[in-house]
Amino acid sequence: MNCRSEVLEVSVEGRQVDEAMLALLHTILLHRSTGKFLYKKEGTYSIGTVGTQDVDCDFIDFTLVRVSSDELDRVIRKAVAEFKDALGNSGSDGMGQISLEFYQKKKSRWPFSDECIPWEVWSIKVNVVNLANEQERQICREKVGEKLGEKVINIVEVINRHEYLPKMPTQSEVDNVFDTSLKDVQPYLYKITYQITDSLGTSVSTTMRRLIKDTLAL
Amino acid sequence: MDSDLSSQDRKDLDKFIKFFALKTVQIIVQARLGEKISTCSSSSPTGSDWFNLAIKDIPEVTHEAKKALAGQLPGIGRSMCVEISLKTSEGDSMELETWCLEMNEKCDKDIKVSYTVYNRLSLLLKSLLAITRVTPAYKLSRKQGHDYVILYRIYFGDVQLTGLGEGFQSVRVGVVGTPIGTITLSCAYRTNLALMSSRQFERTGPIMGIIIDHFVERPFTNMAHMHPCSYRTPGEDEGGTYAGIEDSQEVCTTSFSTSPPSQCVCTVSQAHFKTPKPALMATLKVPLMGLGVSQQLYSSRLSYQTPALGTVDLCHPTAFTAGAHPHQMVVPGKEGGVPQVPAQPNHGTAAEHGRIPSFPNGQSPLPAQPTSCSSEVKTVFCDALETTFTRKVGAFVNKATTQVTTTSLDLPFAAFAPRANDLEVNDPMVHPPPSPAPSSPLQGSLHSNSSSHSGGQPQDDFVMVDFKPAFSKDDLLPMDLGTFYREFQNPPQLASLSIDVSAQSMAEDLDSLPEKLAIYEKNIDEFDAFVDTLQ
Repeated sequence: MNCRSEVLEVSVEGRQVDEAMLALLHTILLHRSTGKFLYKKEGTYSIGTVGTQDVDCDFIDFTLVRVSSDELDRVIRKAVAEFKDALGNSGSDGMGQISLEFYQKKKSRWPFSDECIPWEVWSIKVNVVNLANEQERQICREKVGEKLGEKVINIVEVINRHEYLPKMPTQSEVDNVFDTSLKDVQPYLYKITYQITDSLGTSVSTTMRRLIKDTLAL
Repeated sequence: MDSDLSSQDRKDLDKFIKFFALKTVQIIVQARLGEKISTCSSSSPTGSDWFNLAIKDIPEVTHEAKKALAGQLPGIGRSMCVEISLKTSEGDSMELETWCLEMNEKCDKDIKVSYTVYNRLSLLLKSLLAITRVTPAYKLSRKQGHDYVILYRIYFGDVQLTGLGEGFQSVRVGVVGTPIGTITLSCAYRTNLALMSSRQFERTGPIMGIIIDHFVERPFTNMAHMHPCSYRTPGEDEGGTYAGIEDSQEVCTTSFSTSPPSQCVCTVSQAHFKTPKPALMATLKVPLMGLGVSQQLYSSRLSYQTPALGTVDLCHPTAFTAGAHPHQMVVPGKEGGVPQVPAQPNHGTAAEHGRIPSFPNGQSPLPAQPTSCSSEVKTVFCDALETTFTRKVGAFVNKATTQVTTTSLDLPFAAFAPRANDLEVNDPMVHPPPSPAPSSPLQGSLHSNSSSHSGGQPQDDFVMVDFKPAFSKDDLLPMDLGTFYREFQNPPQLASLSIDVSAQSMAEDLDSLPEKLAIYEKNIDEFDAFVDTLQ
């Protein structure tokens, strides 16, 4: 089964990075979260209710809709904050990419660890721009708001193609498909990773990996 | 076509489509109320949350949606549309967007109704939540209040997009295939936001001659956070702009078990589908035939314009596609007729719940009309106001306003509302205070003799004219405003203006230009520094 991969690109100002990433990640997670499963006897289950919340952005003319789950929000905010710090510290032109990957776990026999098989990857490429004055920032607020709106439409379009989704699992298998650690909602298993692109266009992580490999090979 | 579909599946599917349509309307309308929406997630399902989403049901909206559907379901050739429009305080209105729930003939026979279709409909509702915050009308609706309000209208039948102006854009929210057809949800929105009067609205100026808040601090700048007036029964207000959001318990009785059939066993039980149809449909005896009913989402606007006409304007539907139904509100000016009032409360539900207080003027409701098509989300406030004005006389007739006893209405800004007594007699705009400027010296002297004005020096050439400048007090300064004005009435001409503008001076100016330019170039750094400080 092929992993579905979608790429979204945005150009934002430094202080808009957090909100832009949150907007897109939360929109995706809204569609990829269900209510908590409550398994009953006879192999049936009921699904909890997912609430939603409107959040106004401070630096962008945009209102994002996210799942009403403070725990999930905290996790996403933490990941976005790390990404933003990495962007800031990289000293590069301010280009990076944050990826939200949905995967399934496949139990392997000992001694091999469980395999993580991604089935959908969303990559958000970010280009950070510097603006000179307040007027430009105001224009940027509106433009980025519109751009985020377009991205939300793109996301919705992809999701509504109703392509592969993991099958609903039995009770024993639910942790292979869903993240059951949260108490109010249940997103599909996901992980967030990021890469910072240096000015040469190569990603820093791959360069480091190459260096280490070369060193070890000696 | 649906011979392969079991009767149970067919029933399930019809139920899903019906509640999907109702939830779609709720999401769209709630997104245009002008406030942020927030609902809670719950890990234990209560059995009343359709599609596993916490979407509150505003009773009036559900009522209107059911009225528009009139017992039918969206189907092939029968689309359900929600039209969002903007109406300014002057009466101009403009359609902003139209959300369409349509079905086409493309069937997906293999799909599982009670599982896959249900989950995909849930996903579609989530997409709708996201998209409703993205279209241009969202920002407009968040800023509604004093200058304009956002209205909605639900209709059933053919999609009408002509009111959206040229170049409207379309966005598809999503599609869900079912064994009886493919459901499509989309939105067409206006891109040209230049305001224009539509539907030949007669311009109805304020009847009182002034706009109530014209000279006072605008009381409704932040209407979104204002609680409606005290008409509300206490404890009911949730700080929203609609009267009491409550999880509609009507839906509960027909709720679909949130326990979806797993792949093993179908747990949906027959009992849950027993819709109390007769009860719900009882009010829909009057066939509406696809007529739309507008709703004013933000009915506290009423308190902005207490004149009868303003109320009528705002209260009543702004968009009627067909001719006036005898039971419906006729918009003044639109139909050219005298508006008829369903003095009855807006809808049965509110009356049942007893939210409507007794009418202040002691007017009894008109004989019961089965459907009240004037619908307000904020029913309570509007109802009482509505019934205060006697429509039978005609809203445009001046004397109708004398029947307004605004003092008897517990308006928050009743003090600013024109009172019956004050209407024309004491209105300073209509009858300005007597001007002290006489036309003949004789009159002036007579006037001055009787004047109580203490200051003022007589002018040289004329008999003293009592010059009483408006709004000035003459006891604070040694020189009063009138004296000041007289003394400085004829100032000397400015030196620059007295220069004879002749060709000679022009030539001198031109000659001096190079010198001036040289000076400026020398000081260019200063100028640049100055410009930088300005940025």
